[in-house]
Amino acid sequence: MKTAVLVFPGSNCDHDAYHALKHVVGVDAEFVWHKSSSLDGFDAVVIPGGFTYGDYLRSGAMAKLSPVMGAVRRFAEGGGPVIGICNGFQILLEAGLLPGAMIVNDSLRFVCDYVHLRAGTDRTPFTRGIPVGTVLKIPVAHYQGNYYADEGTLSSLEERGQVVFRYCDSAGNVTRESNPNGSARNIAGICNEGGNVLGMMPHPERCSEIALGSGDGRRLFDAMIAWLGERTA
Amino acid sequence: MKAKIYVTLKRGVLDPQGKAIRTSLSHLGIDGVDDVRVGKFMEITLKEIGVEEARRRLDEACRRLLANTVIEEYRIEIG
Amino acid sequence: MKEKPVTPELAREHGLSPAEYETVLGILGRTPSLTELGIFSVMWSEHCSYKSSRIHLKKFPTKGPRVLQGPGENAGIVDIGDGLAVVFKMESHNHPSFIEPYQGAATGVGGILRDVFTMGARPIASLNSLRFGRPDHPRTRYLVSGVVSGIAGYGNCIGVPTVGGEVSFDECYDGNILVNAFTLGVVRHERIWLGTAAGVGNPVIYVGSKTGRDGIHGATMASGEFDEKSEEKRPTVQVGDPFTEKLLLEACLELMRTDAIVGIQDMGAAGLTSSSFEMASRGGTGFLMDLDRVPQREEGMTPYELMLSESQERMLIVAKRGREDEVREIFEKWDLDVSVIGEVTADGVGRVRWRGKTVAEIPIASLTDKAPLYDRPAERPEGQDALQTLDTAGLPAPSDLGETWVRLMGGPELSDRKWVYRQYDHMIRTNTLVLPGSDAAVLRVKETRKGIALSVDCNSRYCYLDPFVGGMIAVCEGARNVACSGAEPIGLSDCLNFGNPEKPEVMWQFRSAIEGMAKACEALGVPVVSGNVSFYNETMGKGIHPTPAVAMVGLLEDVSKRRVQWFSSDGDLILLAGADRLGIHLGGSLYLKEVHGKIAGTPPPVDLAHEKRLLEFLREAASADLVASAHDLAEGGFACALAEACISGPGSAMGARVLNPFPAATRPDFAMFSECQGAVLLSCAPAKRDAFLDLARRFRITMRELGVVGGEHVDIEGLARVETAELRKAWSEGFAAALGLEG
Repeated sequence: MKTAVLVFPGSNCDHDAYHALKHVVGVDAEFVWHKSSSLDGFDAVVIPGGFTYGDYLRSGAMAKLSPVMGAVRRFAEGGGPVIGICNGFQILLEAGLLPGAMIVNDSLRFVCDYVHLRAGTDRTPFTRGIPVGTVLKIPVAHYQGNYYADEGTLSSLEERGQVVFRYCDSAGNVTRESNPNGSARNIAGICNEGGNVLGMMPHPERCSEIALGSGDGRRLFDAMIAWLGERTA
Repeated sequence: MKAKIYVTLKRGVLDPQGKAIRTSLSHLGIDGVDDVRVGKFMEITLKEIGVEEARRRLDEACRRLLANTVIEEYRIEIG
Repeated sequence: MKEKPVTPELAREHGLSPAEYETVLGILGRTPSLTELGIFSVMWSEHCSYKSSRIHLKKFPTKGPRVLQGPGENAGIVDIGDGLAVVFKMESHNHPSFIEPYQGAATGVGGILRDVFTMGARPIASLNSLRFGRPDHPRTRYLVSGVVSGIAGYGNCIGVPTVGGEVSFDECYDGNILVNAFTLGVVRHERIWLGTAAGVGNPVIYVGSKTGRDGIHGATMASGEFDEKSEEKRPTVQVGDPFTEKLLLEACLELMRTDAIVGIQDMGAAGLTSSSFEMASRGGTGFLMDLDRVPQREEGMTPYELMLSESQERMLIVAKRGREDEVREIFEKWDLDVSVIGEVTADGVGRVRWRGKTVAEIPIASLTDKAPLYDRPAERPEGQDALQTLDTAGLPAPSDLGETWVRLMGGPELSDRKWVYRQYDHMIRTNTLVLPGSDAAVLRVKETRKGIALSVDCNSRYCYLDPFVGGMIAVCEGARNVACSGAEPIGLSDCLNFGNPEKPEVMWQFRSAIEGMAKACEALGVPVVSGNVSFYNETMGKGIHPTPAVAMVGLLEDVSKRRVQWFSSDGDLILLAGADRLGIHLGGSLYLKEVHGKIAGTPPPVDLAHEKRLLEFLREAASADLVASAHDLAEGGFACALAEACISGPGSAMGARVLNPFPAATRPDFAMFSECQGAVLLSCAPAKRDAFLDLARRFRITMRELGVVGGEHVDIEGLARVETAELRKAWSEGFAAALGLEG
């Protein structure tokens, strides 16, 4: 089982994702440079966070044009698990692999802090076995994490069970105060209709070890491994 | 030849920056401002390819890169 | 091309004194070209030559068994064992940040990052020390927002966590804010690179961003006071591009894994000039450079502009002859400009050519070794005795001590800085084990079991009242902060921020502070391995308090033994180490300033032998798992340290019930807020009490048991009792409230 960790000019969290996968969770991981157009041999794809192309023009706007994104699209169409974290989520949105867009945080400030997330569906590879309503403690670090989609799209996401994570308080209540950036309906992460592509603003790779403040992030990677195990079985 | 491209947030998309600026203007004592929307302005210098062709290429540039049509609209001015 | 003729008047405009200009004429044996004048003026500016400070900086202890590289290179290097070393330095970017706070702070961060990775180390953490004017000064809010955004914008984008720092306010900084940026990286011993131009015939290669007209004379701006015309200097502020710096960082580290290069240095202040001349000076060589080969982003740049430009994100590399293509390939992969612009020569002369003509020809040694060296007059100010006089009995006592306590905790100096550090990505690279908010940040070193503790400190009021003692205290506090985290202090970097060195009283402050710092460094065994001097922090003749900021680096052999400053469990015992160090010391205290509006008196006394034993005791206590939390007494004295230990943790606030550690007859406000050196508030599990006290006895540290953690109040018997929630609320909201910011 091998995970691809994509690296674009400006990716920063690639090393963190690699470390979490390889050294904490124990699954094989490899860096894939953005100019590569093949993801053959990989079972899962991680698009890590960072400031690809400096976030210039719009976060993820230029990264979406890299050759590797064609391979990501094909991989996703084949049903493989893809997780876009933070800037990775932004890249998936820009590439049209997930609906909606990101705008600047309503506070107009970068925010780095631990938040709580309420799990909304267990049908993605990364939330398999994580019951709906589970509260996870995972940190965010972003300036443009304010998720936007028009009302029609938002309703459709809700109806089709595509809202994977929502910001909430430590007790699981979805409140305005618990929303760090003003995103619509407290949305922190969504998946595609097929359920195999997940985009989330918080960073599970930053909290896969208790020493870092929370071990909850690890659950998403463990879930992915279990899901892949079942798929190949 | 030169072109100007204006990229602005669609009506209906919340503009936190515009909102903050409006508040600051009133703090400065500059009254009478109802609304502020913040956008991007790009100045593009092109080889002489003719207005029609320039417009066609820039339109494609906007759709594919310069504007995120989920939340933004654009206007192209040539010359 | 016809260059402007060089005259003594032009030299003066360039910041060269008549005597310095005479020296230039003597060295060259002729009138300099305009380009040569520019080169001399930046290299001999205060910022680049340290002409007023070198003579005193020699007093610092810079060597030690762990020191691999002391001052003189781009950054200092200290061994941490397991074949690894830490590389670190602190730098100031004060003047540009006052003029354009976002870009000034951002490029400050960019510059210090380059100073670290040019040595071969991947930067793993940044800190900063910031000083602003009065919180209610009309410009302060704008400056604070701009500087914090700038640090965040640059640091976050390049992916290096900003894990700590300090923010302080005082009227003396109204016209001169201070932005001191620190970065630390980790490197394997065999992968250290120095800034040396060696090997005659080796190619000199320029990499990074194209050169533009940014910041020309930035170095001379830092070498002069602000006056009414300072606004005009705005175009000289450099603009940073953190994305390009990220690419540059990755490309350089990739290059440094090969053996294709001989030396490398970043182009910082005075850009191409300082990097080329300094590298040649270290190598004992000369160079020939062709400016036509420099990548340029503006049209019609003159040789003067090309040599003096401070465009960011550029490095100068000396490669091995024949290996140019390897260098080129790596930088082209990362979409960066790369150009062979010259070669190393043997004759010790720096030669610059442009459009076929030699526009500068300067003996290298003259520029660096024969740079002016001043022993400026130093004189204790006449008013210093009066300043040090303080009649404490005459101070009116507050009617409500609890209310005063809450007010101090919610004031601009002690309140929670979360508003600031929430804007910094402090978690990236997943090494930060103690996040911002404690006495020191602690990072793990992934390939090992080790940890690095970092803190930056300076109490400038103490330094103003007595710069010698203030300097000692700056070092002691830094060492104590990392020791409270369980670490051994292994080295420091400093930023010495002072006023106009041409004034004898400023020179006296400078010399005294250095002497104080040096004394503490010797006693504690902590070398100074790098640093920076920033003079001329004055506006309209009014200078800042002497502010020698100290960035302390500590090593934990086992990072699992790290400690934080806040209490962890109800029922834990609260003790005071160094209880014999308590006394009535209000000189320069926060209480005196914020409640009585005075800065007067003398700083608290320091016992260096005690401080040394204390550091060792704290480390041993952490290592032996005897201590649960440790927090030293500093600004605000005992009561504020106690409140901080109760409320500053990320979880729920805790309460405490303790005895008054002062004699009963002590005036209550003095007992609460007297500031002392060498006292630490500790907590431990009850089961560890006996072993803990034994350890203290072994280290000859006087311990006093004060009470226990728990309850809904912070209760100092006979003095004050306040609800924990009230203290926490004031502390959490104070910073934004003081500045009129949105929370």
